[in-house]
Amino acid sequence: MNIIPETYQSLSLVERMVAFVVLAPLLGGLLAGIDRKLSARLQGRYGPPVRQPFFDALKLFQKERVVVNRAQNFPIFLFLLFTVFSGALFFAGADLLLTVFCLAVAGTFLVLGAFCVGSPFSHLGAEREVIQMMAYEPMVILVAVGMYQVTGSFKVADIAQHQVPLLFHLPGVFAGFLFILTIKFRKSPFDLSMSHHAHQEIVRGLTTEFSGPALALIEIAHWYENVLLLGIVYLFLGSNPLLAVVMALLVYFLEIFIDMNYARFKWQLTLLSSWLITAVVAVPNIIVLSTLR
Amino acid sequence: MYPLIFLVLFPLLIAFLALALPRGLLIKKVIGVLANAVLCGVPVYLLAAHLGQEATYYQAESHLVDAAMPLIEVVIAVYLIYVSVRSRRYLPVLLVVLQSVAILAFELTGGHTLEVEHNLFVDQFSIIMALIVGCIGGAICLFAFGYMPEFHHHYQEVPDRRRYFAFLLYLFLAAMFGIVFSNNLMWIYFFWEITTLCSFLLIGYKNDKPSQDSAFKALNMNLIGGVAFAVGLVYLYNASHVMELDKVLGLDKGMVLLPAVCIVFAGLAKSAQFPFSSWLTGAMVAPTPVSALLHSSTMVKAGVYIILRLAPVLQNTAASKVLTMIGGVSFLITALIAVSQRNAKKVLAYSTISNLGLIVACAGVNTDAAVWSALVLIIFHAVAKSLLFLCVGVIEYKVGSRDIEDMDYLIMRMPKLATCMLIGMAGMYIAPFGMVIAKFATLKAFVNESPVMTVILAYGSAATLFFWVKWMGKVMSIKGGASLEVVEDRVSRWEWTTLGILAAATVAVCVAFPFIAFQVINPYLREVFGQAPIVDTFNVYVILILMISLWIVLPLGLLYYRTLGKGIRTVATYLGGGNIDDVSYEGAMGKAGEIEIKSYYMEKYFGENVLFPVGVYLALTFVFIMFGVAAL
Repeated sequence: MNIIPETYQSLSLVERMVAFVVLAPLLGGLLAGIDRKLSARLQGRYGPPVRQPFFDALKLFQKERVVVNRAQNFPIFLFLLFTVFSGALFFAGADLLLTVFCLAVAGTFLVLGAFCVGSPFSHLGAEREVIQMMAYEPMVILVAVGMYQVTGSFKVADIAQHQVPLLFHLPGVFAGFLFILTIKFRKSPFDLSMSHHAHQEIVRGLTTEFSGPALALIEIAHWYENVLLLGIVYLFLGSNPLLAVVMALLVYFLEIFIDMNYARFKWQLTLLSSWLITAVVAVPNIIVLSTLR
Repeated sequence: MYPLIFLVLFPLLIAFLALALPRGLLIKKVIGVLANAVLCGVPVYLLAAHLGQEATYYQAESHLVDAAMPLIEVVIAVYLIYVSVRSRRYLPVLLVVLQSVAILAFELTGGHTLEVEHNLFVDQFSIIMALIVGCIGGAICLFAFGYMPEFHHHYQEVPDRRRYFAFLLYLFLAAMFGIVFSNNLMWIYFFWEITTLCSFLLIGYKNDKPSQDSAFKALNMNLIGGVAFAVGLVYLYNASHVMELDKVLGLDKGMVLLPAVCIVFAGLAKSAQFPFSSWLTGAMVAPTPVSALLHSSTMVKAGVYIILRLAPVLQNTAASKVLTMIGGVSFLITALIAVSQRNAKKVLAYSTISNLGLIVACAGVNTDAAVWSALVLIIFHAVAKSLLFLCVGVIEYKVGSRDIEDMDYLIMRMPKLATCMLIGMAGMYIAPFGMVIAKFATLKAFVNESPVMTVILAYGSAATLFFWVKWMGKVMSIKGGASLEVVEDRVSRWEWTTLGILAAATVAVCVAFPFIAFQVINPYLREVFGQAPIVDTFNVYVILILMISLWIVLPLGLLYYRTLGKGIRTVATYLGGGNIDDVSYEGAMGKAGEIEIKSYYMEKYFGENVLFPVGVYLALTFVFIMFGVAAL
């Protein structure tokens, strides 16, 4: 099962980026389909076919373009662009910290798009989204820091090749990352800003005023982002590719399971719990590692 | 040597001209514009002349100066005592007396035997500072030409002392040039005291109760720093008979650690770190050019300048670790407090303290990579923050409020100004622009040296992101279906020119970033540390590609959505199905209401009254520890 690292090594920087740009939405869409199927089964429904997310996206592109103001879709385009770019950086093996910063910029553009439409629901969604960003950002940065402490490099390519499983050195960081991953995947209990479920009290929150192709772009960006996040999960077991892939999938299913079992938190609890978990679980891990060196 | 002396004396000349020439003369404005061009041009010339050169030291001996400095110090002391007694405040009197006694006793006893080899010097760091003082300080003075008439129009009751105001601004610049070019510590101290005096008088310009209170607060805190500075100098001279910045760095640590800590302490007060932060937030009562000047190019930058200069003395001591923590506490706590602030100027003030905290923390770590980040932070922060302050100053009069909640739809009401603001904010927190590059570098600098700081940086960055994004969203929001009155045509040409210059400068420093990093900062670091941080070339390229592509994508995108987007159907925002028009809805009982959109401020958690004391007490503890470990 060394086919993953071997194939990866044989590709050039640009080829890796292109591979990500082409393959990630397919994989991401597929995962979204499995998500919906699995969620339906957990709820005792039959659920849509696994290919449904692709049909949805295609359908959205054929819809009429309706906007509140003409500028609103531009930040969304930038959101997609930056998400794809940060993913491409990651899978090209570039700097993990740079990836993290780029991803934060992508998120900023999504929020700015939602702010600029001037709608109360969308505004509330955007405010909540920034709170979520504030909640998960420290942990995301600490993941990069922790991986650097173990491997001595910020480069994804080096981190992936590290021979000892990172998980052994970074159990706390991994646990903290799992926690905020629920926010990043937009799963309950942290789906405050927008939700796939019908029970949202602020309509569709962030995406209230986005429809048709723009909504499809948001969806596709989300697929890219999910693949990138699972890529980071993969790094924790990069020394054993097979196990790492299995773990990434398990983590994804775990998030679906959590999604099914929790009611939505308020922003206060979201922020407090994320920061506390980060401080209590991940920070000691970082401190201990720094004393070991 | 002459450019250095010129840079100190020229603003002084302009200051006296500003005071002497009567108001309203055309020639006065012409002189002002020319003076600012010169102030900008000479540091650029210095940069060009010193590119790739090592630090140069000059003797610049002058008995006249040696005689005049104590005399002026005495005059200042007497004046400060006079104004303090007049307004029945006695703490400054005590501090001034303490300080003067220390320095005068020294001048009269040891001063005669004092041998100073080099009074002036210039290196890349000085030149960076001179560029910031000259270009940004000069631009702010230009802004003041257009701003002050409006200020007095708004505040009829404030006595019109515009000439005096201009005098103080240029005097301030002269003192800043003095600080960055002096090698003689007595000279630095002299200019240091002048900045304290200028800031006191500028903050109190309005002369009403709140301004007086804030001015005296600033005075007190800076005088406390000044006392420490004076004591540090006296101790230093008695211990080592050295009074020169470059020689101090070469001395035995046991001898110079305590004086260095004293001066660093003065630097903390000047750069408004905890426990001294309250003077900078109080200084908001002053006219906008003052705040912009204090926050971006002068005063607070003088504080971090001296800290960075003396950081090598502290290296590998416990004091440096404590210094890092003081910077870290200031960075984190003020970033969190900024989340809860609605007053635009206060948000900017807290963000300033926060960034300075990061610079101080870098000084505490004091590796080549950390100092690299500190210098990059100083540059980017100065440009973007001055732009933002001036924008808020303009908005304050055109919109009639400095409350962020009143800035909705700013992009419709003042499109050009909002664009300037967005450039400034992007410069502050959106990658790949300035400040984010700096934070990125800072994190990497901390990761090996100080894990606690990486954690602090992680949390602080998250808070920073929050308060900038929500403010940016406020400015960018668009009111559906309505056309609002554009109110920016009343902004004067002086103000537009300055805003234009600073917005262009914000973009320019980002474009020139590789040049600044490799040609200016790295030679300085090689001189100090013997090596410069190895910057990953790939990352630099990625950042450059990002920047360039953003500048292509942004205008093109805006063009596209403005012209080609006409086939799109425009509808009203969704208001729960009860729309009357785009912005009003029919509520319960058939009552009509208009939508109002407000942001989160989370005052219960991040409020000033909750967190400020925490910062003060934590930092105060660290300050005591710092003195303690230095004295042992």
